[in-house]
Amino acid sequence: MKIIVCVKQVPDTTEIKIDPVKGTLIRDGVPSIMNPDDKGGLELALRLKDQHGAHVTVISMGPPQADVILREALAMGADRAILLSDRKFAGADTLATSYALSGLCRTLDYDLIIAGRQAIDGDTAQVGPELAEHLDLPQITYVADARRLDNGNLLVHKENEDSVQVLEVEGKCLLTVLASAFEPRYMSVAGIMKAYEREVEVWGADRIDVDESKLGLAGSPTKVFKSFPKALKAPGEVHEVSEEEAVELIVNKLKEKHII
Amino acid sequence: MDKKDYKNVFVFAEQREGVIQPVAFELLGKARDLADVLQQKVVALLLGCGIKEQAQCLVEHGADEVIVVDTPELKDYLSEQYSQVMYQIIEQRKPNIVLYGATTIGRDMAPRLASRLKAGLTADCTKLEIQEGADGQLDLHSTRPAFGGNLMATIVCPNTRPQMSTVRPGVMQKMQRQPGRQGVITDFKPNFDTSKFKVKLVETIKADKQMADIAEAKYLIAGGRGVHNREGFDKLQALADVIDGQVASSRAMVDNGVMPHECQVGQTGKTVRPNLYMACGISGAIQHLAGMEESDFIIAINKDKFAPIFSVADLGIVGDLHKIVPMLTERLKKELEK
Repeated sequence: MKIIVCVKQVPDTTEIKIDPVKGTLIRDGVPSIMNPDDKGGLELALRLKDQHGAHVTVISMGPPQADVILREALAMGADRAILLSDRKFAGADTLATSYALSGLCRTLDYDLIIAGRQAIDGDTAQVGPELAEHLDLPQITYVADARRLDNGNLLVHKENEDSVQVLEVEGKCLLTVLASAFEPRYMSVAGIMKAYEREVEVWGADRIDVDESKLGLAGSPTKVFKSFPKALKAPGEVHEVSEEEAVELIVNKLKEKHII
Repeated sequence: MDKKDYKNVFVFAEQREGVIQPVAFELLGKARDLADVLQQKVVALLLGCGIKEQAQCLVEHGADEVIVVDTPELKDYLSEQYSQVMYQIIEQRKPNIVLYGATTIGRDMAPRLASRLKAGLTADCTKLEIQEGADGQLDLHSTRPAFGGNLMATIVCPNTRPQMSTVRPGVMQKMQRQPGRQGVITDFKPNFDTSKFKVKLVETIKADKQMADIAEAKYLIAGGRGVHNREGFDKLQALADVIDGQVASSRAMVDNGVMPHECQVGQTGKTVRPNLYMACGISGAIQHLAGMEESDFIIAINKDKFAPIFSVADLGIVGDLHKIVPMLTERLKKELEK
């Protein structure tokens, strides 16, 4: 089985702070990590490799320094790593990003594509399904389990708000995976050694199967009109009082608000 | 593309097992506002099997027209089946705007369609408004949280139509139902390309139905790390029972397995706006605040007086929830007996 795993380098959003004066993101010192859902997707690919044997190619699109997460993927057990990096991709929204990734996937041989459900910086969950559509592949999103059946089909659990759908998919497909379902393995020492012997291939737009006019900003139907820090509402009253007084304060407020 | 050729505000009226989901009514309420500004119509799309009789209900919540596709292929949601139908309707009717709930269905189908239509899609919006663009025409401005809720971004599609957005459940206000409101109900017959149906539904496993949806609750007693464990949540449950409320959780207590994911509030959980949100032992990470700060009245109990939850609380108590919550429960029992 040949598997492609899509991964993205993201800032660890739990570490991001807002500059209270300028109202901008403070990115200095914020670590860059492999997006958690993508890492879950890589873990699923590596489990399928452990069980059935597979060749796992990790791909990413980003600046040259995004090669760090691809090395991490190699150290976890991936076999090949390709980074799409070219100024022509700059300013891409999810549609242009998924289009570029589809151009890369078309030049590779694969049976299965795995992506994370969503990235923690954008939280859109769009690139996976958009990529599936560009490649005319069936998709299953919110994947919490996937096993290969004897007939070669995949049996997949899709986690919805109120249920789990058990789905069987025939032929090539694209899955988007939940990090919570696939605890990722650690890099092994041997893996780390090997990762540094291996090359992370860096490809430009000229090496993939795309119409260059549909890349980057020009290929992006959505534009960021403005961004701004979230307006926080004015804080209310805070009391440091005895437990009895606290109960009194709460009961009075609940009465005032007609909750009791 | 001439933007003027694209008219009306379409709403995907999501149903599950024949039940129209609350988010569909919320979207209709917002679509009504947008369509009135644009002087265009609200059109609801109702896809499913055996659902036709519910179309009138969508009219009474603000739709001018309901396009109904009632066929066995659409009994359960499957990406390809639903996308084919939606694509055919959108190609034929050329809507200006299409709105979907940001649910596991909407967030599965909308990007698939965006890619097929080469349309712009904005995910998980919390605010939608109409503004005049540089070309003098009216565009949809979709505002959404980004970077884990640290930043808000307003997204536009200045050159393409339709403009599509998914909207978080629980954010928009539904319109008061107007019984007898008049609208057009249109049947649509799709042409399925069954050669593309590669995904088969084997079975659906229902989640435990004991848990009511926290997004529907009027009063929520929410617990975080400070609640410690299941026994701690029992104290919150006792309080919730007295005021006929429900218990919700922060992400920390879901990740460590104490509480189920269905009751998680926040960026990766649910958005709630109850009349009362009582945050017990929740520090208030920005991802959590993103899911609850629109609540009508917020009470926070936390030992750490610097906890960020106090920045959104209407009433903050610096103290030990393990003492205050049981005392409050007993006191409220007495109050309600009066």
